[in-house]
Amino acid sequence: MTKSEIVQAVYSRLGGFSKKESAELVDLVFETLKETLGRGEKIKISGFGNFVLRDKRQRQGRNPQTGEPILITERRVLNFKASQILKQALNPRDNMVVATAVTE
Amino acid sequence: MTKSELIDAIAGRGELTKARAEMLVNCVFDAMTEALQRNEGIEIRGFGSFTVRPYKPYSGRNPRTGQPVPVPAKRLPFFKVGKELKELVNSSRQFAITGGDDSDDDSDDDIIEDDDEDE
Repeated sequence: MTKSEIVQAVYSRLGGFSKKESAELVDLVFETLKETLGRGEKIKISGFGNFVLRDKRQRQGRNPQTGEPILITERRVLNFKASQILKQALNPRDNMVVATAVTE
Repeated sequence: MTKSELIDAIAGRGELTKARAEMLVNCVFDAMTEALQRNEGIEIRGFGSFTVRPYKPYSGRNPRTGQPVPVPAKRLPFFKVGKELKELVNSSRQFAITGGDDSDDDSDDDIIEDDDEDE
């Protein structure tokens, strides 16, 4: 799926937006997400997942090809944590039941 | 930023009613969820890509009791940050990380799974 297919979904499902408007609005959604993360703010989309920021310290790494040690500089990284709802949507049978049973 | 804050931001910047902005945001994430359900990856230029990864069944453990628990095969979404966003995020180190902790939502890890703290 590409952005243009998301645009198509917005255009055909919502109604009232032209193709061009739909495209601009989908761009606006991703731009807003990007800008938010770009100022160090995490994002939580309930039912979908969280975009989490983490600061990593400088550490010693290795070039996996050559085995050569390299210094990995300190950095900020973005991780996505899928929500339980999204995980369940991808696993339609009752195979999340085990997890639930343990929590109770 | 929460989903409702995103909706507010979109309503403001896109000059939409809140109800319309909410429909828009829901539609975007619904369409993405449906693609993942079809086992289809999603690629958003400049943002990143989502893929579905299959996981084999394995024997996990309840960390509280130490009891072995069978973990069935499953499919999980995986996000790979796009180059542009990766660089943008890294250059935001001048700002403190904000947006609250990660626990007050519905995305808590399965209790029987290892937490993949660091990749």
